[in-house]
Amino acid sequence: MKKFKENLSGRIFLLFALSSISALALITVFIVVRGIPIISDVGIMDFVFGMNWAPTEGEYGIFPMIVGTVAVSLGAGLIGVPIGLCCSIFLSEFAPPFITTVFRPAIQLLAGIPSVVYGFWGLIFIVPLIRDYLGGPGLSILAASIILAIMILPTVVSISEVSLLALPRQYKEGALALGLTHWQTIRCVMLPAAKSGIVAAVILGIGRAIGETMAVIMIVGNAVAMPESILDPVRTLTTNIGIEMGYATGIHQEALFATGIILFVVIMILNATAQYITRKKSG
Amino acid sequence: MKLKINARTSEYIAKGFIWGAAMSVMIVLVAIIVYILVKGLPVINFSFLTTNPYNMGRSGGIASTIVGTIYITVVAIIIAVPFGIGTAFYLAEYTQENIITRIIRFSAESLAGIPSIIYGLFGYIFFVMYMGMGWSILAGGLTLAFMILPTIIRTSEEAIRAVPHIYREVSFSLGGTKWQTIIKTVFPSAIQGIVNGIILSIGRCIAETAAVIFTAGSVLSMPGSLFDSTRTMAVHFYILASEGISMDNAYGTAALLIIIIFLINVIVNALVNRFISKSK
Repeated sequence: MKKFKENLSGRIFLLFALSSISALALITVFIVVRGIPIISDVGIMDFVFGMNWAPTEGEYGIFPMIVGTVAVSLGAGLIGVPIGLCCSIFLSEFAPPFITTVFRPAIQLLAGIPSVVYGFWGLIFIVPLIRDYLGGPGLSILAASIILAIMILPTVVSISEVSLLALPRQYKEGALALGLTHWQTIRCVMLPAAKSGIVAAVILGIGRAIGETMAVIMIVGNAVAMPESILDPVRTLTTNIGIEMGYATGIHQEALFATGIILFVVIMILNATAQYITRKKSG
Repeated sequence: MKLKINARTSEYIAKGFIWGAAMSVMIVLVAIIVYILVKGLPVINFSFLTTNPYNMGRSGGIASTIVGTIYITVVAIIIAVPFGIGTAFYLAEYTQENIITRIIRFSAESLAGIPSIIYGLFGYIFFVMYMGMGWSILAGGLTLAFMILPTIIRTSEEAIRAVPHIYREVSFSLGGTKWQTIIKTVFPSAIQGIVNGIILSIGRCIAETAAVIFTAGSVLSMPGSLFDSTRTMAVHFYILASEGISMDNAYGTAALLIIIIFLINVIVNALVNRFISKSK
């Protein structure tokens, strides 16, 4: 009886453990099956590089949205990554203990705030600022980049902080003993040594920016057009799905799933790269 | 470096930048929270919390959305917790690193990176359409269960691995089997960390919009069963704010969301600190 229970418990745990694999497989299969027909109808090149998105006229080209997604997430990275890196250096090197005890939970809190609240705050604060001082409609690549930069901070900060804290103490002590200043130690010794963790943090942060939907819907303007400046409104892959899923049916809906496939593939490539980088280092 | 800057000067500049960046992040966080609370707190009172919304949410309170949020979160947690903890125990206790664990880890980490809109699409096509659940609490909760699974796996595995090895050795030396060791020794010692992960996941469920709006729908009336469509607080806020239905009620809902998320963070931090001070 005891033996039986032992064997059974191992089996049951394995069964549970297969849940994450089956979850990933289910998601992949169902999204691909629903989205593939339209991609093969339109043709992958015409779908990805098509300039026109007019579901009512049977035109399904998502290139402007790909450009929009790239622009918005690059902007988020350009603003968010330096700030995030500064925050992680601050936390691991400069912050006095009493500030760390406030600052670290504060960064966690940023991760918990609902994305709709970020979007709304962006709509109330950032959008009018851009409209009044820089021109354009305000709803723009720039507005979305700023809000996404804030939203990816927790990802960038926590992962790069962990990799900075994981460095052997001798690195820092050796550098300081050689007469380097604190900042020289960080710049020339610690940051290069923690490079792989930081790169993973950046990739995952960009991945979050690419995947964010609700906050972006509220501030990016959602116009399907090629942007000419960062003050122009765009539509991203995620907002295309978010806006039209509510009423789309038939082929139109398939086209949204096909948009999802493109998004899914991009995210999986980024994820796999980040995992590969961190694993190569630890293994 | 070609540009020669005095080492001391560059030290000051760098420090200034880093402090500046950190402080501006704090300022932005405070600005977001204070703004929402200042606008929203005056709206929140007993009747706001206990009456149902009327007239698309223009008047009345948000009672049904609170109930809907709780139902969906409970469904997600009930489903995801056993699978998540089971996976964590398998990874930490039952196996060495091999090809299966590598695939499991890859899947879990990939799930963690998948955007919520993809979960929404999947939940819609799988639970709502294919399984025939319709827009319902059940479909929304199951979708969220998929979404929070990786969080629960990761936090539980960390908690289980943090249990000192000597505990297991003592249990084995007393003649305990693997199962007994896990249930009577490892699990009780890891429970705090596991609970942590669950609370964090509750926070994610409450804050989620994109994954629930396409799976649970946005019906405003009080849900009667698991098969009814419902509207969570986050979805309610999104609809009120983006369609400009009622700014007051939108602020009130957002303030309540922020307060809940804030409390969840405080609880998690208190648990973590207790855990750290206990293990010292």
